[in-house]
Amino acid sequence: MLVIQDLTKRFNGRWIMEDFDLTVPTNGFTVLIGPSGCGKSTLFDLLMGIVPMDRGQIAWQGEPIANLSTLAAYMQQRDLLLPWLSLEKNACLPAELSGVPARERTSQARALFAKLGLENFESYLPDRVSGGMRQRCALARTLMFARDLVLLDEPLSALDAITRRQLQAYLLLLQTEFNKSILMVTHDVDEALLLADDLLVLSAAPMRICERFRLDMPKPRRIDAPSLLEMKARVLARLEKEARW
Amino acid sequence: MKGSLYIPLILVGVVLTVWEVGCRWAGIPDFILPPPSRILTVAVADAALLLPHAGVTLVEILCGIGLALGAAIPLAVGMHARPAIEKALAPFLIASQAVPVFALAPLLVVWLGYGLASKVLMAAVIIFFPITVSLLEGFKSCDRNYRVLFDLMGASRWQALRKLYWPWALPYFFAGLKVGVSVATIGAVIGEWVGAQQGLGYLMIQANARLKVDLVFAAILWLSLMGVGLWVLVGIIEKRCLWWKAATGE
Repeated sequence: MLVIQDLTKRFNGRWIMEDFDLTVPTNGFTVLIGPSGCGKSTLFDLLMGIVPMDRGQIAWQGEPIANLSTLAAYMQQRDLLLPWLSLEKNACLPAELSGVPARERTSQARALFAKLGLENFESYLPDRVSGGMRQRCALARTLMFARDLVLLDEPLSALDAITRRQLQAYLLLLQTEFNKSILMVTHDVDEALLLADDLLVLSAAPMRICERFRLDMPKPRRIDAPSLLEMKARVLARLEKEARW
Repeated sequence: MKGSLYIPLILVGVVLTVWEVGCRWAGIPDFILPPPSRILTVAVADAALLLPHAGVTLVEILCGIGLALGAAIPLAVGMHARPAIEKALAPFLIASQAVPVFALAPLLVVWLGYGLASKVLMAAVIIFFPITVSLLEGFKSCDRNYRVLFDLMGASRWQALRKLYWPWALPYFFAGLKVGVSVATIGAVIGEWVGAQQGLGYLMIQANARLKVDLVFAAILWLSLMGVGLWVLVGIIEKRCLWWKAATGE
């Protein structure tokens, strides 16, 4: 379980978050949703140690840690594939840099590619495939980190609606197939409702959790299911209320 | 033939025609301004004289390029890894370019003699700066998000350099190298003017003193061909190294 307590950050005298608390259960899918500029991406930068926090504690499986840089895999909005490496070599990078032998990492990557529908595209350069395939390759690379916790920062935001819907199923695999604990940020309420076990609505800066929605419906879900539609109305109402503030 | 070659060829054709016709019409003597046909004749007929000198100049230029690369690449890497090195060395780098090569040439000949070394160093001094600056700019232009990604993957400095920074900076490096090779002839020839016993610069000085202006122009023609050849060669190497750009149609 990931426990974050009293996380505080100020930029140029402006509070981004103050005493922010969050818990991500093991093998849980926790989704954060909130207004633009509320500090969602900054939260990930703080957790990964990219930006230093002013104050706060992080604990993973009960052990206090400085940040998640060595414990979590982080998938950002952009796929960040290197244009001079094939899809397979891009996916293999985390394993290669940590010294996993070539044969082993290649077989891991190929198994992932098969699961993510990328078989036969291993040798393609990123610029020769679609945005959805690039993002699936980035997802494979994230999985090659071989870490139990995965942070997803709007990973599908740059994709069109149809591709997005297809990739949501792959994101679900992170939890169901690979047993990861997932913390995701999104703007898309439908996406949040389809994937989340816990959906947390955030306030504008200084960021705090305004409301927690627990979603116990089985996955995969249908967005037109009455229970989800009812939940969507409540989430949207809460977001609108926050936007008015 | 590629369409992009038509315009320069037409331009060269027009200039040469005007030059040829102008010289003949005005009756300008060859020791003042020989027509292009005369220069071409001398360049081919005296190839046995010109080519050994051209070979010497080419060796000076190639050694200069090698020396410049050997200094520029580690320095750019060092300046990128340690910004303090860049801050400390930047004034000296800029000063090295502010001093005219004509002022440096006699000193280098005094220090290193009339042989190859002084000309190689002259060429290297000229080439070194554009390569260093371009490569450093290439390293600096690397997207922050990629840098963060490599940090999170636990990449060492060497791994990040090999896998990220170097490929990222390659287009910048080749831009600098192209500038470098196209001006490299200047360094070598100036060195030969100041003090040498062979090379196209030496031959030009000798021919000029005997009013053999057609031979001077023939030497310039060979020098130009050498510069263009080096430019094309760098372009071919660039294409091979940046194969992924061609593959993606960039």
